[in-house]
Amino acid sequence: MAGQTCAAIQIRGLSFSYSDGNQALRDIDLCIAAGEKVALVGPNGAGKSTLLLHLNGILTGQQGQVMVGDVVVSAPHLRLVRAVVGIVFQNPDDQLFSPTVFDDVAYGPIYMGLSEGEIRQRVARALGQVGMESYAPRTSHHLSLGEKKRISIATVLAMDPRVLALDEPSSGLDPRARRTLIHLLQQLGQTMLVSTHDMMLVAELCSRMVVLDQGRIVADGATRDLLANDELLRAHGLEAPPALGR
Amino acid sequence: MWTSELSGAAITWAARTTTDAAGAAGGAFMHIPDGFLSTPVSLVLWVVAVLVVGVALVKVNRDMDEKRVPLMGVMAAAIFAGQMLNFAVTGGTSGHLLGAAIATALLGPWAAIVVMTCVVGTQAILFQDGGLLALGANLVNMAVIGVAVSYGVLSVVRRLLGNKRTGWLVGGLLAGWSSIFVASLACALQLALSGTSPANIALPAMGGIHALIGVGEALITAAALALVYVARRDVLERGEAAAGGRGLAVGGLVLAVLLVVLSPLASSHPDGLEWVAEEHGFLGSMLEAPFQLIADYVFPGIADERLATIAAGIIGVAVVLAVTWLAGSARRRRGSQGVA
Amino acid sequence: MDARVKLLLALALVLCISLMPVAAWPVYILLLALILSAAILSELRMRPLLRRSMVALPFALAALPLLLTVPGQTAVALRLGPLHLAVTVPGVERFASIVVRSWLSVQVAILLTATTQLPDLLVAMGQLHMPRLLVAILSLMWRYLAVLVDEAIRMMRARDARSASWSGRGGGTLAWRASVTGSMAGSLFLRGLERSERIHNAMLSRGYDGSIRGIAVPPLDWRSRLLVLLGLIVVLALLLFGYWVA
Repeated sequence: MAGQTCAAIQIRGLSFSYSDGNQALRDIDLCIAAGEKVALVGPNGAGKSTLLLHLNGILTGQQGQVMVGDVVVSAPHLRLVRAVVGIVFQNPDDQLFSPTVFDDVAYGPIYMGLSEGEIRQRVARALGQVGMESYAPRTSHHLSLGEKKRISIATVLAMDPRVLALDEPSSGLDPRARRTLIHLLQQLGQTMLVSTHDMMLVAELCSRMVVLDQGRIVADGATRDLLANDELLRAHGLEAPPALGR
Repeated sequence: MWTSELSGAAITWAARTTTDAAGAAGGAFMHIPDGFLSTPVSLVLWVVAVLVVGVALVKVNRDMDEKRVPLMGVMAAAIFAGQMLNFAVTGGTSGHLLGAAIATALLGPWAAIVVMTCVVGTQAILFQDGGLLALGANLVNMAVIGVAVSYGVLSVVRRLLGNKRTGWLVGGLLAGWSSIFVASLACALQLALSGTSPANIALPAMGGIHALIGVGEALITAAALALVYVARRDVLERGEAAAGGRGLAVGGLVLAVLLVVLSPLASSHPDGLEWVAEEHGFLGSMLEAPFQLIADYVFPGIADERLATIAAGIIGVAVVLAVTWLAGSARRRRGSQGVA
Repeated sequence: MDARVKLLLALALVLCISLMPVAAWPVYILLLALILSAAILSELRMRPLLRRSMVALPFALAALPLLLTVPGQTAVALRLGPLHLAVTVPGVERFASIVVRSWLSVQVAILLTATTQLPDLLVAMGQLHMPRLLVAILSLMWRYLAVLVDEAIRMMRARDARSASWSGRGGGTLAWRASVTGSMAGSLFLRGLERSERIHNAMLSRGYDGSIRGIAVPPLDWRSRLLVLLGLIVVLALLLFGYWVA
């Protein structure tokens, strides 16, 4: 039933080339149902980040269509789409640009035109979800990478998105910060598309896995099944995480 | 020759700057292209620019430790990149920043002059944002006047308001605004002296538009300084301690006052500037075109010879373009067929 | 061709264009032919060259009043309500000359930069007695330009991704948007500063002591000098021709 399985995100025939001619995405078809947590894996240069940028219209494919819910991601609807899809970028420094953590998390709600009371409420809730309530008055400049990553997630959560797209959320984190992050993502109820190299995170968090290589989807199925397929993984520059047996 | 991302980003930026300039009808920035300033004006300003930048280099060499090359190199790149940041104003237009005031606050005036010189110079040479001959004038306006006025204003405000956050905020607001406004007056005066724009139009137009644009710069500068104050106050304090000398601060303020006072005067007496604008008088006598050579170019149907000449000129340009286009594609086709 | 030769000839040409009298149409066409043939000989593509050369044209608005203010025979008389505007022939000549000469100058600049790598250009400027400190700073700036421009672009993307509204309103106040941009600028500069400290450490580790040394470049050989001389003669000839024609 295409309707149900594509309720959150529907991508049809998406192709995209950069202006220097590099064809980054070729004929992508992808359906994500509400509440699904999907991993997007593949070697460097496969097009994972590029695909994420199409979800909220930062990039637009030359061919094909992206739909979020029942809204087409195209020029007149971008402001609306961005209220529904939140992207957490790989480098938190790109997203944290305000003097205080509060200001950064409040950006989205302020832009949306919410009242001051609502803004404060959302900021408190978002910081609470990532476990960083006390950080509100601090400057993000001096925080550790793990702390910054969680705050950048909060900046997106404050907008109450239905879909979360995360680009390499666990890269560069020490084991404790990583554990905290995985726990946090497991708690969140949003539909998720997580682009990552971290196969253990994939195994723990995502029930479904999509493999991207050279701009094409080469595999799409249950995580457990695909992770057991050593040949497939090796062919696309991936490795299964060491201890899978439970 | 450029990395593809940089050229892509640069072309986007150049396109953006063009649309912003068109949108702000008068030039959101003051990068004067070649051909708009008379040769004498350009050359004089080149001399001024070389002198001031030379002094700045000497001061930087003497006063800064060996950290200066990486520091100023990266800061120049940061200002260049910072000028790409935008915010929506109304409709399709967006505001940008110049950064002279921020550079002055973070680095001190002499280093800021050097850094802004690198930025403006690179924009002119690599991206044709501002002419080569006009580069002297652009450097004087944006790197020298922008920095000197910022420094003067910042010094005064900081002394009045003391060592607190408000001092930096208000200083940032005023320095940001005045650096843009005063520089634009200088730019307008240069255009008027060159006979390109009559003073009584250029000064109010440039001044008026940049009084508005200056508000954007003021807000951006204040917010930037506020962030640096909160995150790394020591940087601001270091910038302030950087040797500047009262001479430059006073010079900046005097310059600002001079330009602000001079402009309304020049604006109401445009004829006074006209005699300077006779570039022909400088290099030779101005002859009424005899048009013997171009008699053949006269088109039937257009009464005035000179208009006909202009029309002929335009057609001539079009013909040359067409011929070279064909020659170019023929050459490439030959090349692709493997002929040496 | 040596970068120094190209630089000198380009500057001479731009100076020549600037000194050209008004309405020297045949020489303008000659100059255009000269520039375009140089472009063809350098195997440049015409369309990007011509497209880039349009960059300076909006500035022509500054010269628009000349159409009305230069005294002389009226070409076109306009009536806008109570205003009588007379576009004069010398005004048109002056305006057109300015636009054409500006356009020609931009093409020379594009020609120079399209045929010369920046490092070579910097060496050329150093040889032509530009201060070594400035050349060193420019080299470093060039190296990090792409990095920081990239950072700025990613910051703007991340901000756009959080700029959402349900109803098409929102966006906050203009002052707020400006101050957010200011925070972004401040972050960019601050991180740039800290990056420069790391670069400095790396340089120190490779023996940097503050003095600026480079690889010695041989002085211009006699062929290059001859080329420069010939070029200057041609430029002078064009200039004299221009004055004779006008």
